Amino acid sequence: MRFRDEYRDPERVRRLARAIARTVTRPHVLMEVCGGQTHAIVRFGLDRLLPAEVTLLHGPGCPVCVTPVAHVDKAIAIARTPGAILCSYGDMLRVPGSSGDLAGARARGGDVRVVYSPLDALEIARREPEREVVFFAVGFETTAPANAMAVWRARREGIRNFSMLVSQVLVPPALEAILSTPGNRVEGFLAAGHVCTIMGYREYAPLAARWKVPIVVTGFEPVDILEGVWMCLRQLEEGRAEVENQYARSVRPEGNAAARRLVGEVFRVVSRHWRGIGDLPRSGLGLAPDYAAFDAERRFGPADGAGGGEAEADCIAGLVLRGERKPPDCPAFATRCRPEHPLGVTMVSSEGACAAYYRYRFAGSAEA
Amino acid sequence: MSDGSAPSWSCPLPDGDGEVVRLADGGGGRAMQRLLARVIRPLLDDPELARAHDGAVLDPGGPIAFTTDSFVVRPLFFPGGDIGRLAVCGTANDLAMCGAEPLALALGLVLEEGLPTAVLRRIVESIRETARDLGLRVVTGDLKVVERGKADGLYVTTTGIGRIRAATRIDPAAPVPGDLVLVSGDVGRHGVAVLAAREDLGFDTEVASDCAPVVAPVLALLDAGVAVRCLRDPTRGGTAAALVEIAETAGVVIRVEEAAVPVREEVRAACELLGFDPLHLPCEGRFLAFVAEPDAARALAILRRFPVGRGAAVIGRVEGRDPRGRVLLETPFGQRRPLDMPSGEQLPRIC
Repeated sequence: MRFRDEYRDPERVRRLARAIARTVTRPHVLMEVCGGQTHAIVRFGLDRLLPAEVTLLHGPGCPVCVTPVAHVDKAIAIARTPGAILCSYGDMLRVPGSSGDLAGARARGGDVRVVYSPLDALEIARREPEREVVFFAVGFETTAPANAMAVWRARREGIRNFSMLVSQVLVPPALEAILSTPGNRVEGFLAAGHVCTIMGYREYAPLAARWKVPIVVTGFEPVDILEGVWMCLRQLEEGRAEVENQYARSVRPEGNAAARRLVGEVFRVVSRHWRGIGDLPRSGLGLAPDYAAFDAERRFGPADGAGGGEAEADCIAGLVLRGERKPPDCPAFATRCRPEHPLGVTMVSSEGACAAYYRYRFAGSAEA
Repeated sequence: MSDGSAPSWSCPLPDGDGEVVRLADGGGGRAMQRLLARVIRPLLDDPELARAHDGAVLDPGGPIAFTTDSFVVRPLFFPGGDIGRLAVCGTANDLAMCGAEPLALALGLVLEEGLPTAVLRRIVESIRETARDLGLRVVTGDLKVVERGKADGLYVTTTGIGRIRAATRIDPAAPVPGDLVLVSGDVGRHGVAVLAAREDLGFDTEVASDCAPVVAPVLALLDAGVAVRCLRDPTRGGTAAALVEIAETAGVVIRVEEAAVPVREEVRAACELLGFDPLHLPCEGRFLAFVAEPDAARALAILRRFPVGRGAAVIGRVEGRDPRGRVLLETPFGQRRPLDMPSGEQLPRIC
């Protein structure tokens, strides 16, 4: 925990806040990509330590939030299939599909098990060979290596009753989508440190160059985030647009070679639909042809339901995910939409921006 | 109590191997009498229980506090405790939170068919040990057996009465602006210990549950005449839920200094890893005390005399009135944010 305390040191935080204030001469809009960073910012009140000229927008980096309705519906359908076991991270249980959620499917007799790793799901498949065990693989590049490992092992061990409902997404195409949105305000990004720990950050260089935006690979503690903000602001003030690495204690330019190799072996890049954002070309991962036998969509049918019901009327989750609006801009926020009665998925997920604002700013109070 | 050798007109049951609990053991007949006679009553050994009556007759001699709680923890044994100890501490502590000295417990057991008798014995022994240390009697009880697969081994319900020792009423509506908030020790240990004991989590830690009675330090505060307004044990929902409930009941604003809340380093580390807030994790051997400011230093000194109160600290203050009730957490960076109770199940984050 030495590391954590060091990066939560109030004195270092205050020094960085002062340095940022001295750096800024004009308004800037930055976006932190990852929902974990959003939570740290709101929890520690880091945005309130910044000068008024600096706006932080919250990005799409909440994997639970962008998982398409069709995949949630498919997971629910699998959970209700006699003999099948649907294994999922706990976060997915309350994510609404077009009608109902996995928690509801479990309450009505579906076999839904919360696991903490895809390897736990594989273990269930080993122990219960007569059952079809499906792991609901959601997440960004961070979850891809463990998911790849589970499929790789299943193939090597010949575990035939294990499959994966794959809903993996990738960060760079999402940044590209935000930058190419007409009226985009984002001038610089804090890239997600743990994603880059796996993938490295070389793939961000073309983005920074083409769109002339600074991209700073940033960690998750208060000192990390303020340092990332400061590095990004210095680039903007100096007219630079480069990829820089604030999180060097964890991230190397090439990432984790072994993990990347495994991901490259098991997965291939595919187009994906992002909930609240839309179809993005080459924005996700699906199983590579050699591993296609482990694709749950082959065993249970494709997740191509019409979906519908992306969000309740007047829920602005999509705009929040694209960084176009902030949670308190929503008329339903903290009134009709609360964690106990979420209208949109950004209020459900522990990484969602609306949940962060509700939990750390509004809960039990009218104070903004 | 039947001695098992009396003539019987009912169809005799095979004795079974005695190693696991059978459905018949809860049937109200000879098998159940045998289980009660061999396992439960000798272990708990109370004259009132030994009468094998439909209920206990007691004379508490004054106003009483009365409470009940059911325990469904999984796994049954975890570092620092087990469901039996938890069931006794939980109800004894609830009585203490009412300003009462626990006197007697009723014990309800729901056993799952197939539960090893040795496990039942260990848990009843744990109940006995914990109750004996508290001078608390188990005076009546009930036992049922349900089919295999219908319960996680066993569930325990304890109902308790206690004699009121507080001179004034201990009341969640009583805190007023100016009162200080004390916690009797570090928070969150029970939650981490139980999470880690679940085999499906694959997560190792040295953390043991704080599961313990807090009766002695509470009675010491009351006997010393400390102006205690309200007591609350932060079990389910953790410290955050306890504070929010009191703020809402009393209609006050409570300011809590995040850095002042004692949290063990291992608990903090586990929370970072699993995505939990230590303030949302349950404790089973801690309590919050709202104390009039002039008495706070004395209260702290009294608490620290007890092993379960050694880590006691002042964590906040009642700052003002607000009919909606609010808890504000002051972060180390000088920011204030509202503290809320957890909204549902505690779910681990995924990335």
